Amino acid sequence: MSEWWTYTLSDFLLFSPRTYYRLFELYNADIWPAQIVALALGVTILVLLPRGGAWRGQAVAAILGASWLWIAWAFHGERYATINWAAVYVAAGFAVEGLLLLWVGLIRNRMQADGQSMDRVGLAIVLFALVGQPLIGPLVGRAWSQVEMFGVAPDPTAVATLGVLLCAAGRAFWLLAALPIAWCVITGATLWTMGSVDSLVAPLAAAICVVWRIWRQR
Amino acid sequence: MSSPSRVDRRRLIRGLAAASAALTVRPSIGSAQRAPVVTRGVPSSGEALPVVGLGSWITFNVGNDRVARDSCAEVMGAFFDDGGRLIDSSPMYASSQEVIGYGLAKLGKPGGLFAADKVWISRGSRGRTQIEQSRQHWNIPRFDLVQVHNLLAWEDHLPMLFDMKAAGQLRYVGITTSEGRRHHEIEQIMRSQPLDFVQVTYNVLDREAEDRILPLARDRGIGVIINRPFREGALIRKVMRQPLPAWARDIDCANWAQFLLKFIVSHPAITCAIPATTSAAHVRENMGAAAGRLPDEAMRRRMIAHVEAL
Repeated sequence: MSEWWTYTLSDFLLFSPRTYYRLFELYNADIWPAQIVALALGVTILVLLPRGGAWRGQAVAAILGASWLWIAWAFHGERYATINWAAVYVAAGFAVEGLLLLWVGLIRNRMQADGQSMDRVGLAIVLFALVGQPLIGPLVGRAWSQVEMFGVAPDPTAVATLGVLLCAAGRAFWLLAALPIAWCVITGATLWTMGSVDSLVAPLAAAICVVWRIWRQR
Repeated sequence: MSSPSRVDRRRLIRGLAAASAALTVRPSIGSAQRAPVVTRGVPSSGEALPVVGLGSWITFNVGNDRVARDSCAEVMGAFFDDGGRLIDSSPMYASSQEVIGYGLAKLGKPGGLFAADKVWISRGSRGRTQIEQSRQHWNIPRFDLVQVHNLLAWEDHLPMLFDMKAAGQLRYVGITTSEGRRHHEIEQIMRSQPLDFVQVTYNVLDREAEDRILPLARDRGIGVIINRPFREGALIRKVMRQPLPAWARDIDCANWAQFLLKFIVSHPAITCAIPATTSAAHVRENMGAAAGRLPDEAMRRRMIAHVEAL
């Protein structure tokens, strides 16, 4: 790309905010009541995570892995790709993350939380992704029908995953966190270019996770 | 000073011209009294094109949203009703081509369509395949114009496009850029290749094309399509905060959109501008710029000064 310095983020935005949020509205209508199932799975993570233990770690990894694979196919591949040709690459990234979570957490059982010293920041991030993040859209004036929920929408799923990884990933944190962090940056840039007032939510959540993780490692 | 007889003759000629032009207005519901559409000839063929076309960047990329697709079809319907012809798209614009195809099918394949699309792929060998995919999205027999989008792999694509033109698979060949990028390279291609069209950015505030591209286009007999006439809406949002100056009536402007578009299409080198919109009301406003009087050079300078001062 010549004269790359003359390009701005808006040069890469292919759709309007109206089209983007309509995508969630139509998606939510199509998959209903999968949101209820996803919310129940999210609550299950919150229940299992603080107790630690092998099978609970495997269950949490299975829920997260399945969520990333679902979003790769149902959201990015089937919906987002209709308005953004780059979404096929994003879908591939989400599928890779889903498979990584299943491999590391479910098959190799390397995602066990320490039930005795739970990472409270990680747990708070998960709680925020499940309950707080979906409420932000309606609070800033978007329709309830366009709500983005954990397990079916990419942003709260990425944030919740980072929270879980703080609690349970151990040495595998950076391997498993790279793609969720990348998505938080991408979605932040997209929403910022669209002028969404909540554009910094996912990048800030990711930044908190990264800073906290580095701080904890010292 | 003109003699009374000369004035009368001039009035008569003007009246005859207006009446003649009015016969060329596309008949439509509610448009019986509409003014003639101002056209400009494609330099390489003389074919008359309305000076206002329709872009599809962002606005027509609505995916599979049926309600939004119907809304786009309504925009296209208003465009054709008001005498519009040229619709421009690109494979880069995601679902826009399919949405145009949907609209054309819903409108019963309007006969006046001038289909302008682009080839946008880095591998030259895939150019024909991409153009064929685009054609299928539009669901038309052939494109009128295919342009090399942002000069991507133009060395490979242009010979292929000239071959397709020679074979009757398209009618015109062009190149595009936007926001003033790569004008030096655009100039070199305009000098060395038998182009029919070049597409660049030009508006009352972004006038870099005036220096070399537009004069060169006139010299070389190349048609000019203007993208981003409203700076993707930012320009019109800026001027809308102020009232339209009273003197805009002297060039038959009823709103800011017409003011901004008439500035563009009054440049003698420009064939048409392609504003994009999601609103049928706005497309009607835009098409109003292709009617009535256009500004002369003195008025164009006044328009620039006025907008720059806002």
